[in-house]
Amino acid sequence: MTIKAQYLGMPLDISGLDAENLEYFRYCAGHDFHLQACTACGLLRYPPTTACPWCANPGARWTPVEGRGTVHSYTEIHHAIQPAFRDHAPYLVLLVDLDAQKGVPTAEEALRVVGNLTTADGVLAPPELVRKVGIGTPVRMVFTDIAPGLALPQWTLDQAAPPPAAVWRYPMG
Amino acid sequence: MSLTSDVETTSPKYLRDKYAIVGVGETAYMRGSGKTTRALATWAVRNAIEDSGLRPADIDGMLSYQSGDSTFSPFIAGDLGIRLNFYMDIFGGGSSTEALVGMAMGLIEAGMCKIVVIFRAMNGYSQVRIGGTGVRAAVPVSGDMLHSRAYGWQSAGQMFSPTFMRHMYDYGTRPEQVAAVKAIHSEHASNNPKAYYKERLTVADVLASRMICKPLHLLDCCVETDNGNAIIVTGADRARDTRHPLVLIRGVVGRCNKPRLDMHYQHGPISTVAGRYARDILWPNSGVGPEDIDVTGSYDAFTFTTMLQLEDYGFCKKGDGGGYVSDGTIRLGGRRPNNTSGGHLCEGYTHGISMVIENVRQLRHDVDDSCPLASDGRRQHSYDYREGGCRQVKDAEVAANLGWAMPGTGSAMVMRRG
Repeated sequence: MTIKAQYLGMPLDISGLDAENLEYFRYCAGHDFHLQACTACGLLRYPPTTACPWCANPGARWTPVEGRGTVHSYTEIHHAIQPAFRDHAPYLVLLVDLDAQKGVPTAEEALRVVGNLTTADGVLAPPELVRKVGIGTPVRMVFTDIAPGLALPQWTLDQAAPPPAAVWRYPMG
Repeated sequence: MSLTSDVETTSPKYLRDKYAIVGVGETAYMRGSGKTTRALATWAVRNAIEDSGLRPADIDGMLSYQSGDSTFSPFIAGDLGIRLNFYMDIFGGGSSTEALVGMAMGLIEAGMCKIVVIFRAMNGYSQVRIGGTGVRAAVPVSGDMLHSRAYGWQSAGQMFSPTFMRHMYDYGTRPEQVAAVKAIHSEHASNNPKAYYKERLTVADVLASRMICKPLHLLDCCVETDNGNAIIVTGADRARDTRHPLVLIRGVVGRCNKPRLDMHYQHGPISTVAGRYARDILWPNSGVGPEDIDVTGSYDAFTFTTMLQLEDYGFCKKGDGGGYVSDGTIRLGGRRPNNTSGGHLCEGYTHGISMVIENVRQLRHDVDDSCPLASDGRRQHSYDYREGGCRQVKDAEVAANLGWAMPGTGSAMVMRRG
């Protein structure tokens, strides 16, 4: 089953051949984040892949994963390329270390999940929210519904998490 | 300088000094070339052949790289009456040049051809813009791009910035340190009559330019231009008959990767780039180390890419890149100038090949600045690096080019004056 949709002026198109992405986004459409767990070594992986990045085993089991983590790095985009993003600039692209499997299998590894900073409703964050977030901010996953069988995982402030000791933001502008 | 190093230098697997770059050529750097990529490539290859003193019929190998935005070898060979024994046009942007030089050496070593021309032609401003605007923005988002472009995360600057930001966080790198790369490259460009942007800019100019995506201001980003460039690789024995002083290839590393290239951010530290891995091939293969290098060509798609590579190839301690690029070391007249042409930030955008061309000319002691020509056609360099003056590095003997595709992929090459 191929999924075609429009989102912020972009055609999104998941090929019927792309079994891993279809399955990944099917879970997202149910607001239920799942990742592949390797049937041999047990490690979770992101983004969806055909085989395990650590042991090359092709077998995987879709496994529920808690969408909580901490901003590892980010960029704040002022010059949007897609026209529909211009109305939302500046917007954040976050690289979030999931709490799940952080520092595994080596200290420098983590499941670093991409997303925009959004409101709790999955709408791209307004400027006053953008200014609050930087490296170290705790975030939780929310979803932006796009089409049947397709929602994008996104990040919003995790109000339930203990406040971070420090949040680093780019020092200019 | 001397070719001293504590690395092993005798193993027969190395091809040190066995191959040379004997010809370099380019078109003007333009916005609105009014020419096809075929025409740009043909002129660049023709200019490189003329520069070498070879004849078109001497060329029997051709390699090129592109991103679905350019012409192919058969057309260029046809235009110049060249019958090829080998050609291949590969997909790729930055980091391709050094990798293809290594492949050219392998082709010749295998006896498949004898003299290889490598070209890159692009209308990077007037046809296919690298930032993903225009034609590229209309392509449906599918497959792996669902995890990037769907988030408004698609241009090179946008995709690389988490690496740059994390470097500032991990090491305290400051915006004004990195902006010095642009200021210094603009000084170099002011002594390069070919450069698209020749105006000297300051660190304050860079920091006052508008924000594109943090940490990149407009002037932290390279120019987009239309141009063709070419270089010719052959065996050092054949090279002795060509026109210029020999420029020998000491060692090459091609498209060396960090782990997890499907999304390299999965494997940290994300403030470390592919040079951290590539250096363990480059320096042993070349039999030299960073201290032996007189001039560098560290890819400047962005100010940050120059800094990150110089750091990870070992020109300074990890984390000290901000200091290294802002303390005068990389300026003409400094200990180890970088991108003396002005690089991609100022001269023009070529996906790296122009930075190799510049260092070939440096090692010939024949950079095309505004110094006067003597009766033998050679420039009489003044080594006065003030605006509009000289850009030849005095007594340059060994050069390193550090090519960048993305934080997770890089290529590099060391050349020396023969």
